[in-house]
Amino acid sequence: MKLNAYLIALLVVCIPVKSVLADLRIEVTQGVDNAVRVAVVPFDWRGGGRLPENISDIIDADLVLSGRFESLPANQMLSLPHEPAEIFNRDWRLLNVEYLVIGHVSPVGDRYRLTYTLYNVFKQSVELRQTIEGEASEMRDMAHYASDSVFKVLTGIEGAFSTQIMYVTALGPLTDRLYRLNIADADGHRVETMLESKEPILSASWSRDGRYIAYVSFEVDSRPAIFLRDVVNGTRQQLTNFPGLNGAPAFSPDGKQLAVVLSKDGNPDIYILNIADRRLRRVTRHYGIDTEPSWSPDGKGIIFTSNRGGQPQIYQIQLGDLSIERLTFEGDYNAKASVLPDGSGIVMVHRREGIFHIAMLDLIRGRVTVLTETSLDESPSIAPNGSMLIYATQYGGEGILAAVSVDGGVKFNLPSSEGDVREPAWSPQKRRMFKPIPE
Amino acid sequence: MRRITTRGVIAISFAAFVLAGCASKTEVEEPVAEVAPVVVAPVVEAPVVVEVKRPMVSGGKISVPAAGGMDGMEQLQGLFYFDFDQTIVKRAGHMELSKHAMVLKDDSSLRVRLEGHADERGTREYNLALGERRANAVRAYLVAEGAPRSQIEVISYGEEKPVDGGHNEAAWAMNRRVEVVYR
Repeated sequence: MKLNAYLIALLVVCIPVKSVLADLRIEVTQGVDNAVRVAVVPFDWRGGGRLPENISDIIDADLVLSGRFESLPANQMLSLPHEPAEIFNRDWRLLNVEYLVIGHVSPVGDRYRLTYTLYNVFKQSVELRQTIEGEASEMRDMAHYASDSVFKVLTGIEGAFSTQIMYVTALGPLTDRLYRLNIADADGHRVETMLESKEPILSASWSRDGRYIAYVSFEVDSRPAIFLRDVVNGTRQQLTNFPGLNGAPAFSPDGKQLAVVLSKDGNPDIYILNIADRRLRRVTRHYGIDTEPSWSPDGKGIIFTSNRGGQPQIYQIQLGDLSIERLTFEGDYNAKASVLPDGSGIVMVHRREGIFHIAMLDLIRGRVTVLTETSLDESPSIAPNGSMLIYATQYGGEGILAAVSVDGGVKFNLPSSEGDVREPAWSPQKRRMFKPIPE
Repeated sequence: MRRITTRGVIAISFAAFVLAGCASKTEVEEPVAEVAPVVVAPVVEAPVVVEVKRPMVSGGKISVPAAGGMDGMEQLQGLFYFDFDQTIVKRAGHMELSKHAMVLKDDSSLRVRLEGHADERGTREYNLALGERRANAVRAYLVAEGAPRSQIEVISYGEEKPVDGGHNEAAWAMNRRVEVVYR
């Protein structure tokens, strides 16, 4: 055993495995009661041949998967307008459609120009009209961008359709498992594998800018180590190789530091690792278990799980004076907390009557609300817009991902055709941004 | 993983193997028969070494000479179970762990790895910490019973490597464990 090995930095170039992988399917299990009725009219393609992707179908699916909309199937539409001037209001009032999304795509050299319009049927007004341009490979990104824009106008919430989900799959029998660290679009498409291993992978997390991921892998010597990977160019380095635990990496909001858990000094404590020079700062000193650090949005504090009081509960430490405050008092098991983007609350794993749920603690009112009805729920990860969270649960004896809105109103499952799925992490950034251009 | 730990045992069993081979060869009519008889003579002490019984490691498990001067070997129990969110070594395992400690104390060439595990309930990182605490508790027991710390390695797999894939109390009880693995 190489106990003396300090921080080994091996630089390995990894070639992303191209997606022959099955997409994650999404099933809405609970939508809002008063879902808004929309119709996404098939967009007009003004070029030759076929479009690489059906943009209007992608937008339609995005809106439905948000759980806030009900969409009208194209075969029930009485007319197929592409421009506001072509809309006959009566056609849509008859079908109780409140909003229309219409649009068209035109070729510009080897690029594509998408113009879309959000139309309010009752007010008979254009609520949004934008034109964006991209390459063939960016067609899904263009569609998700349009979904985000439409969603924002209709709900006031920044859409999360352009974001990505990172997760771990485990395939095969218990004695011979194959683990994969995957990244997929938020709608489950375009799956890419970051790492494939015969040893466990867990605790994957994103840097705030979405450029880097950090995770724990047992691939070296069957022992845990923390790795850092550049998502853009595919390089990676091993950041830690201490005796004992090397776990729970969490990027600071500025992306320069990682909060990690090490047990090299006797028991699991929180440390802060400066990524550039690999310097370590020990943050907690307690003989109990301190783990699962998560930064406050301003980067001045870290919340973490500790059993210093006898059972796992959530605590907060101020990095300035290292003062510690206990945050959770309800329930005998609260763990893996993360702070909502606006700092108003935390989501966490919470045990109630022996069952593990995802719950939210309102930091202002001090109230705990259980958000999920399933059991064995873990690893909640909040969407960048703060309105949804994704978590891991069990369904039919297998691990799956599921999502719930922070108000508990919308729920959906992401069953996989690929064994156990776990450890979801919602990307903090959109995969691709576009700049609206004049038509 | 499968290997015999002490040189002595290897040498003895190798000698026995050579002799046995030679003996059978003399009985079979083969073209090389003239060469074979030469080796037969110095066989005398072979039975004496049978009394030197040492611990044997195979597949991560260790076998020691059976207690009470009986013939044969006894495989030591390598699994120790825990209660939910607990890291206390249960009394039921004390006697068996003391035997492990004795074996480790007696043979400095032995290396053991204590693999701590948790059931699937609760969070993965907390369970990694819990698994490590369980393995540490077993190590503390072994060291207190005289086993040298330098021969013991500790690792935690948390809830990542269950032996029972079920989602019920019976499966969870099997998965909350420390495995004693000889290397």
